[in-house]
Amino acid sequence: MGKISLEVNGRKVEKEASDNTLLSTFLREHLQLTGTHIGCDTSQCGACVVHVDGNSLKSCTALAADVNGSKVTTIEGLETNGKMHPMQEAFKKLHGLQCGFCTPGMVMSAVDLLQKNKKPSDTEIRDWLEGNICRCTGYQNIVAAVKEAATKM
Amino acid sequence: MKDFNYHSAKDSKEASKLASSSSAFLAGGMTTIPSMKLGLATYKDLIDIKNIKKLSGIKVSGKSVTIGAATKHVEVSNSKDIKKAIPSLSSLAEGIGDPQVRNRGTIGGSIANNDPSADYPSACIALNATIHTNERKIEAAKFFKGMFETALKKGELIEAIEFQIPEKSSYQKHPNPASRYAIVGVYVAKHKGDVNVAVTGAKSCVYNDKEMSKALSGNFSSSSIDGMDLDSSEMNSDMHASADFRASLVVTQAKKAVDAC
Repeated sequence: MGKISLEVNGRKVEKEASDNTLLSTFLREHLQLTGTHIGCDTSQCGACVVHVDGNSLKSCTALAADVNGSKVTTIEGLETNGKMHPMQEAFKKLHGLQCGFCTPGMVMSAVDLLQKNKKPSDTEIRDWLEGNICRCTGYQNIVAAVKEAATKM
Repeated sequence: MKDFNYHSAKDSKEASKLASSSSAFLAGGMTTIPSMKLGLATYKDLIDIKNIKKLSGIKVSGKSVTIGAATKHVEVSNSKDIKKAIPSLSSLAEGIGDPQVRNRGTIGGSIANNDPSADYPSACIALNATIHTNERKIEAAKFFKGMFETALKKGELIEAIEFQIPEKSSYQKHPNPASRYAIVGVYVAKHKGDVNVAVTGAKSCVYNDKEMSKALSGNFSSSSIDGMDLDSSEMNSDMHASADFRASLVVTQAKKAVDAC
């Protein structure tokens, strides 16, 4: 048991958690930020992707204790004053989702891509999304949405 | 996942002091955490070594590239110095897992785990690496002992990996289409005296293919290994690739690597 102090979506949080608490569990069950999804729970599917100190990671495969003191951004942290992030807008506009389960991870992963590569090619987008699995729409519209967002960010 | 005590060590000394028969070092956790979640491994203590400053970083000298054990794959793939000195090593790092895994996973963790399909062990063998631990230096050829088995003793911590800069080199892999681990990966490195052909994914542990190394040391051309019929009796066979297919893939990937040098 230890104290976990994080800055999550710009807000400082401090909670007690057992040492085996995963970051995904900490976000969902201790902070009630359920936008971060747990899909496979084996670091394959990417539904749990969040940003830690500016880089994307799979929160189901990181201990909360291990990222203690970091700045975390989840899907809930992307909007500004009730306005969707350009990546969220693009997913909506281009039907980059169907059931939406993978979407938080897809969006967080794609935002990280555009932080590092402002104008990615189709191949670069597909390579980057290697760790995010979608079971409904396929990837055409997701790739199109990332490209669209790149023109707005 | 069963509970454990999490420790963050300040230096190697503290890390090895905390180590016991029921502890594990935690670097990126890309294998350790999933193994614990699946109940394949349980530990009383997890000793995080990521915050030990000495264990991260990249140093390039005239003859070698030294990478700290806790250096992440993304740092290796983005390093301009490594791209210049051993481009095949940065492209290997760029092909591990996915971006989120590369943001967390470390070179020392990969080597200590010695997964039969891991990419980095082949680089260690091909590039005549020396594994620096808190106790000694171990040649790569003596480090990888068997499936998930290394020469590391309990509490012994990898601090850095020193790779010899080759004249030419290339790593080629046939990735699993879903997870991108190497069904077969071949790292060819041409050094001054000889050629190493390190193979991962094909057998229970990484190895240097003596037959191909000999042929390529005589004549460094893909034609010298073309059609080579490798013994597949010790090769892995599973739903993804039969032993015979793996034997054939080793030659194909080795040829591709030589041509890419």
